[in-house]
Amino acid sequence: MDTWLNNLWHGVTLGGNEVMRSLMVALLSLVIMLVVVLVVIWLERKVSADIQNRIGPIRTGGVLGFVLQSLADALKLLMKEDLRPAGADRWPFYIAPYLVFLPAFMAYMILPFSATWIPQDVKIGILYYCAVSAVPVLGIAIAGWASNNKWSLLGALRSAAQLVSYEIPLGLAILAAVLLHGTLETGAIVRSQWLNPWLTLLTLPALLIFLTAGLAEVSRTPFDLPEAESELVSGFNTEYSGMRFATFFLAEFSASFFISALAVTLFLGGWSLWGLDLAWARHVFHWDTAAWFVDGALVPAAIPFVMKAFWFAVFMVKTFVVLWILMWVKWTLPRLRIDQVLNFGWKALLPAALANLLLVSLVGAWLQPAGGDTPGRPAVVNAIVLPGVGPPGAADGDAAGSPASAPGRP
Amino acid sequence: MILPAMPEDYGTTVVSMGPQHPSTHGVLRLMLKMDGETVLRLVPVIGYLHRGTEKLAESRTYTMIIPYTDRLDYLSAMYMNLGYVLAVERLLGLEVPERARWLRTAVAELQRLASHLLWLGSFALDLAATTVFLYTFREREIILDLFETLCGARLTYNYMRIGGVMADVPAGWLGRAADYLDVQERMLVEYENLLTGNPIFRARTEGIGVISGADAVNFGLSGPTLRGSGVPYDIRKLEPYDAYGEVEFAVATREAGDCFARYEVRLDEMRESIKIVRQCLEKLDGLAGEVQGRAPRVIKPAAGEAYARVEAPRGLFGVFSVSDGTANPVRVRFRSPSFANLCALDHMCRGVKLADVVAVLGSIDIVLGEIDR
Repeated sequence: MDTWLNNLWHGVTLGGNEVMRSLMVALLSLVIMLVVVLVVIWLERKVSADIQNRIGPIRTGGVLGFVLQSLADALKLLMKEDLRPAGADRWPFYIAPYLVFLPAFMAYMILPFSATWIPQDVKIGILYYCAVSAVPVLGIAIAGWASNNKWSLLGALRSAAQLVSYEIPLGLAILAAVLLHGTLETGAIVRSQWLNPWLTLLTLPALLIFLTAGLAEVSRTPFDLPEAESELVSGFNTEYSGMRFATFFLAEFSASFFISALAVTLFLGGWSLWGLDLAWARHVFHWDTAAWFVDGALVPAAIPFVMKAFWFAVFMVKTFVVLWILMWVKWTLPRLRIDQVLNFGWKALLPAALANLLLVSLVGAWLQPAGGDTPGRPAVVNAIVLPGVGPPGAADGDAAGSPASAPGRP
Repeated sequence: MILPAMPEDYGTTVVSMGPQHPSTHGVLRLMLKMDGETVLRLVPVIGYLHRGTEKLAESRTYTMIIPYTDRLDYLSAMYMNLGYVLAVERLLGLEVPERARWLRTAVAELQRLASHLLWLGSFALDLAATTVFLYTFREREIILDLFETLCGARLTYNYMRIGGVMADVPAGWLGRAADYLDVQERMLVEYENLLTGNPIFRARTEGIGVISGADAVNFGLSGPTLRGSGVPYDIRKLEPYDAYGEVEFAVATREAGDCFARYEVRLDEMRESIKIVRQCLEKLDGLAGEVQGRAPRVIKPAAGEAYARVEAPRGLFGVFSVSDGTANPVRVRFRSPSFANLCALDHMCRGVKLADVVAVLGSIDIVLGEIDR
C-alpha cells in the first residue's frame, strides 16, 4: 500500500515514461480536487445552515451525505439542458467554463498533502501557481463577453478589475514567505517551517494579507462582485446552465479549497506540527528519524506509512479550519462596492503587503550573518532549531549536512 | 424611453433591471442609463402587478372590499385593513368600542414590527449579508403565528371590521404576545451587532441615496423615508386614530437622509413599536367589553365622502371613499406611500454606482402590490 502510494505520487511505476507520468499526475490532481470539492460544497451548505439557524441538507446519502449530496447535485445539473442564448458567441461561450476550471485543478499539482505526497514537486512551485491563477480571469471575461448579456458583461468587467488588482498583494504576501524560506518549492517551504517553527510567527502578517487578497481572488463575500447575486442577477454566469454552470461552480469551490490549502502550506506549517511531530516520532514512538533524511532530503521509503497518513490528516484538518474561517466570513459580512473593493486593494492592501515585504526582508537580512554561505535562506535559522526537534544533523550543529540548510532537492 | 439617442449619450448603456431581478422586490422594472457602473438616470416602470383594486371596489359592498385591501401592501395587510375601515367608519359616523380600538392598535404595531423585520432582512440581503435575513424571519414567524391564532391567516388577515375587529383574542394570546416582545427586544441587539457597527455595512449605506428634508417633502415622501431626512412627520402623532392618542411613544427621526439614516429610523421604530404593544397588552388585560361596534347589517352610508389616513409601516396610507347612498361605494381611492417613495428614486440614485441602486431601493422599502394596486 505504502509503496504503491509512493509510486503513484511520484509517478515512477510507469517506467519513467514522461507522458504517462504527466497524465498520472494530472489524473491524481483531478481526482483529489473532485473528491475534496464535493466535501467542500457540502460543508459550505452545512456551515452556512449552522450560522443561519437552519439544518442544511439531510436527506441525500444518509451518513455518506457529505459526498453524495454534492454528487447528486452535480448529477442533476448534468441532466439539465445545456442552453446557449441565441445572441451568444458560440465557441467562446462553450470554452469559457473550462478556461476557468482547468487552472483551478492544475494548481493542485503543487500542493504538499504530506511530507512525501506531492502530485508533482515542481522546482518553481509557487511561481507556477501565480502563473496558473492568472488564467481564470480570462475565462470569466470571455464568459461575460460571449453571453451577450449586460449583467454578464458587468460581472466580467468587475471580475477583470478585481482579480488583476488583488493578484499583486497576493503575490507580495507569497513573496514574503518565499523570501524567508528561501525557496519556491512548496514542499521545501513546509519542510523549512517544520524544522524552524518560529519562522511561522514571522509570516503571520503575511497570512492576513494573503487571506484577504485570497478571498478576493476566489471571489467570495465580501468580494463576490463578479457574481453579486443581488446586483447582477448572477454576474458572468447568468446565461449558463447545466454542466457548464456546474463547471464554474466547481472551479469556484475548488479555488476556495486551494487558497485555504495554500495559506496552510505557506504560512501555517502545512502538513507538519511545527516539529512536534518529529519530536514525538523520536521520543514517544522511538522511530529512527535520522534515517528519514539523506543529505537533507526526505527518503519516502524510510518514513512509516502511519506518519505520512498522520501528516496528511494534519494538513486536511488545518486546511478545513482555514476554510471554515473563510465560510464564517462569507456568511457574516455584507458585500463591498466595486470602487470600494479597488480602493481597498490599491490603497490599503498593496501598501500593507509592501510594508510587510520590507519588514520580512529586513528581518531576513538581520538573521543572515555576514558571510553566510547558505544560498537563499538565513543560515542562522539552522542554529535556532528547537533542541531535540530538528533532524540529527542540525541538532548536532552539523550545519553542512542538515536538511534545513538545503531545503531544496539536492 | 431613455435609449441613448443624443450625441451626449455616446458611451452610455441602458440596462433593464427587472422585472425579473433578484433585488427589485417584486415585479418592478428599472430602466438604468449607465456610464460603466455609474447610474446617470433611472426610470421605474411599474404596472406589472396591476389588478384594478380601486375599480373592483366600485362593484363590491363595503364589507366585501376589506379582503381586497389585504392584497395592497401584503406585508402590512393589517394596516391596509385599518386604513380602509377607518374611512368607512368616518363615512358612517360609527363609534368603535374601546377594546376593539386597543386591539387594533396592538395588531397594527405588531404588523409594523413584522413588516420592518422583513424589510431589515431583505435590505441586508440586498447588501449580501444573507444571515440577517434568516434571523429576522425567525422572529417574524412568531408574529405570524400570533396573527394565525388571532384570525386564521398568516399574510392576508381580513381581521379589521367596519366598527371593530373580527374576533377577540383567544385565551393566552396576550401572554404569548408579551413573551414575543421580550424575545424581540433581545434579538434587535443581535441584528444591530451584525450590521450597525460593521464597517462594510456603514460604507455601503452612509452617504448613499441622500435626499434633503425639503426635497423629501416636495416629493411627497412619507414614513421612515421622510423621517430619515429629519422631518418628524407621523400621522400617529399628528392625527391619532384608534388608541394612538393614549399611548406613549417617540417619533424616530434622523438628519442625514441617507440609507443608513433610514435604517436607523426603522430600528428605532421597532423599539417604539415594542413599547406601544406593551402598553396595549397591559391595557387589554384589564379591559372587558365588545370588540364589534353597532354597524348596520347592510352598510349604506349616506351620500358623502370621507378620507382616512394612517401611518402604515411604509408611510402615509390614505383611503378616500365616496358614497352615493347605495351599498357599493362610488369611488375608493388608495393613496400609496410606496408609489410616492418610488418616484424619488431617480433623484436619490443619480451618480451612484449600480450596487447602490440596490441599496437605495432596499432602503425606501417598497411593495409593488400597493404601488400597482
